[in-house]
This record gives sequence, C-alpha cells and structure tokens, in this order.
Amino acid sequence: MSAEVAPSLWLRFPSRVATFCIVELQKLSHDRTELFTRAVQPILWLLVFGETFNRIHAIPTGHVRYLDFLAPGVIAQSGLFVAIFYGIQIIWERDAGVLTKLLVTPTPRAALILGKAFAAGIRALAQVIMVLIVSAIIGVALTTNPVHILGVLVIVVLGSAFFSCLSMTIAGIVLKRERLMGIGQMITMPLFFASNALYPVSVMPDWLRVLSKVNPLSYEVDALRGLLIGTHADLPLDFLVLLLAVVVGVTAASALVDRLAR
Amino acid sequence: MTFPALPALVCTGVRHRFGDHVALDGIDLTVEDGELFGLLGPNGAGKTTLIRLLTTQLPLQEGSIAVVGRDVRTAQMAIRRTLGYVPQQLSIEGALTGRENVGWFARLFDVPRHERKERVASVLETMGLADAADRLAGTYSGGMIRRLELAQALVNRPSLLVLDEPTVGLDPIARDSVWRRVEELRTATGMTVVLTTHYMEEADALCDRVALMHLGTIRAEGAPSDLKASVAADATLEDVFRHYTGGSLDAETGGGLRDIRRTRRTASRVG
Repeated sequence: MSAEVAPSLWLRFPSRVATFCIVELQKLSHDRTELFTRAVQPILWLLVFGETFNRIHAIPTGHVRYLDFLAPGVIAQSGLFVAIFYGIQIIWERDAGVLTKLLVTPTPRAALILGKAFAAGIRALAQVIMVLIVSAIIGVALTTNPVHILGVLVIVVLGSAFFSCLSMTIAGIVLKRERLMGIGQMITMPLFFASNALYPVSVMPDWLRVLSKVNPLSYEVDALRGLLIGTHADLPLDFLVLLLAVVVGVTAASALVDRLAR
Repeated sequence: MTFPALPALVCTGVRHRFGDHVALDGIDLTVEDGELFGLLGPNGAGKTTLIRLLTTQLPLQEGSIAVVGRDVRTAQMAIRRTLGYVPQQLSIEGALTGRENVGWFARLFDVPRHERKERVASVLETMGLADAADRLAGTYSGGMIRRLELAQALVNRPSLLVLDEPTVGLDPIARDSVWRRVEELRTATGMTVVLTTHYMEEADALCDRVALMHLGTIRAEGAPSDLKASVAADATLEDVFRHYTGGSLDAETGGGLRDIRRTRRTASRVG
C-alpha cells in the first residue's frame, strides 16, 4: 500500500478547483434538461419584459436601447439564480454522506469550497451561454470582441462563485434544506431589484442606491454591460469587488463547512 | 535489518462529549498492522464518534489518537492521505457513472495523471464493476453501490480502510458480496481494516479481533473465539455482549434521532 505524494498547498488549490469543475461538466453532460428548463425564465425576461419596455421607453437608458441595456442584467440574474441555490446541493451531499467523504480526502476546506464555487460558476456559464445565444438571435447589440467575451465569462464565473459561497454560508448556518430554500427565495429578488440589472442607478431612490452600492450583483452587471455592449464601466473596480467578494465568501463558507458536516 | 510495522491505530484515553452527553469515555485501543478489526455495539455505543475522530472529521477533545504513527491533532492531511473511508450512508453521486465517481476521488487523492485511468479501471475490476463502470451510478443496486464506494476508497491505495456499517440495509446476498470483496482485498494486499457493525455473526466470521462498545466505553476486546470461550463453551458473540454489558444489541441505548434517520435513509436507498 502506498499513499500518493502530496503536492504543495498552492498546487492543490487549482487541482481541486479543476476537479470540481470537471465533475460539474460530467454531470451536465449526462443531464442537459436543466439547462433548457432554467433558460426559460431569463428568456421570458428578455422577450416579454425587455421587448415591452423597449417599446414604451419607460426607463431612461440614454443612447442605449433598453433591450441592449437589459441583456447583461438578465445574464447576471441567470448566473445568480443558478448559484444562489447551490447550498442545497451541499446539504444534499451532507445528507447522502458525500460531504463526509470529501472532508476525509486531503483537501483543505477552503479548496473544497473554492472548487464548489467555481463548479457553480461553470454551471452558470453553461446557462449564460444559452442566454447570450438567445440575446444575439433577438438582436441585442452584443460585442464580437473575443477578449471582451472572455472577460464576460470571467465575470460570470466570479459573480456566480460569490453567490454560491453566499448560499453555502447560509447552508452552514441554517443546516436544513427547507430553511435554505426559504432564505434563498427571500434574498434572490431583493438582490436582483437592488442592483442596476433592470434600471440605471440614476433612477433609483437614495436608499436603493446605497443598497445597490454594496450589492456585488451591481458590479457584475456593470462589468458585463461595459464588456458586452460598450457602456461606460469601471472594469478594474468591478473585477476587484467581485474578487474580494469571492475571497470573503470562500472564507465564510469554509469556516462553516465542518458545522454542516457535524 | 527490518523494523516492526507501526500499529495502524492507537487510541489512548479518548474522551468526547457532545454538550452534556458523553459519547466516548476513556477509549484505549490498538489495532495492529494488517488486522481486520471490528467495533461492535448498538446505536449510541460511540462507534461512529470514534470513527469520526480517527478519520479527522471531529477535533479530538481529550486523549490521543495515532493513525499509522501520525497524530490526528497535528497531521490531519497526512492521515487523510493514508485512509480509505466508506461512511454509513450510500455516498455516491448518482448523476455520474461508476468510472467518473472513482475518477473523482482519484483526482482528490492526487493519483498521478499518467496512472489514473489504469488505477480507476483496476479498482473497478477488483470490485467486480468493470462491466457496469460506464453506467450512471444512480442505476446501481445497493450492493453495487457499496462496492463502488469501496472502489472509491481504494483508489488511493490506503494503509487503513475504515468502513462504517458497510452492510447496513443490504440483503444477505449483497452483504455476502461486499464481505467477500473485503476478504479478497485483504488477502491480496494485507491492508488493515477497521469496521463498525452491529451484525455479530458477520463480525464473528470475519474479524481477527473485535472491541465490544457500550455507552462510550469498551467492555471487552479480543479475538471472537477467545471472547466466546471466556463466557461459555457454546457462547455466541451476542452472548458475550450480553455478558459484558448486561444488555443486548437491540437494547434502546440511544444513538439519537440523527443516527436512526441516517440508518433508515441508507436502508431505504438500498431498497
């Protein structure tokens, strides 16, 4: 019998992230129905809400068509909806004994959470690509710059990684699937409405502007809008805020994962 | 010059509390290299708590535990690298194939890329799952799932295999199949196996030595034949347990709602 040679801690993190991403892609490859069913809601936002408000010009978006303005918001929302219920998966894994087994592998808790967070990002990415295709079909003026597209993918992964960490943190606090479902539903729409996904910050009341300022979804939407349709965006700030949010999220969720397993 | 192998497991004065409840109350135990050792006792005896301590899932509160010479307080990652672990629940990912399930753990245990594919195929073959390897694990029977879990636990070639109630909820044929694989594996590799069970007849037939646990303490320890002989000429392990504890394995000694739920969930999943 021989145990494997231990790679350094810094190599173990990317290795674990890659492992969890591969597993997520394998799961997706066996069952693609979820991709299509989950795509219905964002497509409705674009086709019904977007097309309607595009016609009535009720929301002032300057020189940008409302449908173009909305598409990045719907893409961010799509990633948010995938990620915010990711904590349910970790509770299921706890109940099924999978989490226990994962915790007995030579994987630091933070690497486990980071791996799961990026796996959520991969799942959200698959979703977002579908929304991007639909957006292009209905005539949203999307960029074709490959560097900008790559930037969009990075931002979506970071945003989803943060929201999945938020979900896993809540899972570590509430410990039960039903409670997490309730809290997930309770916070998803406020996160969405207290961001610049549907309307510009300039039309918000002051109290909502404050919420929008501390809402990572706003930074995600700002970056996506800048990269996809070329509006003014503070990309370095957006990227830094999302990166910091992921670091905080991974730290919080890793601190609670043992509580969940116990 | 050859050195004697380190004991696979040494527990000294292990105590563990959950709030006011004393789950383990002074456990002293040594499992030698290559032994098949059984922890026996009813729900609430402390078997699973001891397993969770030695697999580094719970922080050690009092006493010491060394796994293959390494301290669970200071060498958690090194210990995990030497362990194969099968929890009580059926812990496979049903949305992946058998091969993908094992490959997942091969990556988590850093099995080198150039030998990963072969290693995964080899453990699946050993567990008699080669033909079903590319089917979704969600379609496996209870016995196949347990063998798939064993394959996962073996992919890192562990020094110590820990099995927590590996046959709970399985029908007799599936139980026999699981034990046959464990026996074959041990014969082929000389691996140390620590298992928990409350099936006394299985422990009697399989284990080199057993520890009878009751209310967080070890009441008796030794080879099943020696323990039985110490009670009566025709005694069973059940008689031995009754002799040392004054109760039986079916006694309502606790274990808590969570233990019972876990057992029922496992039993219902294996059908």
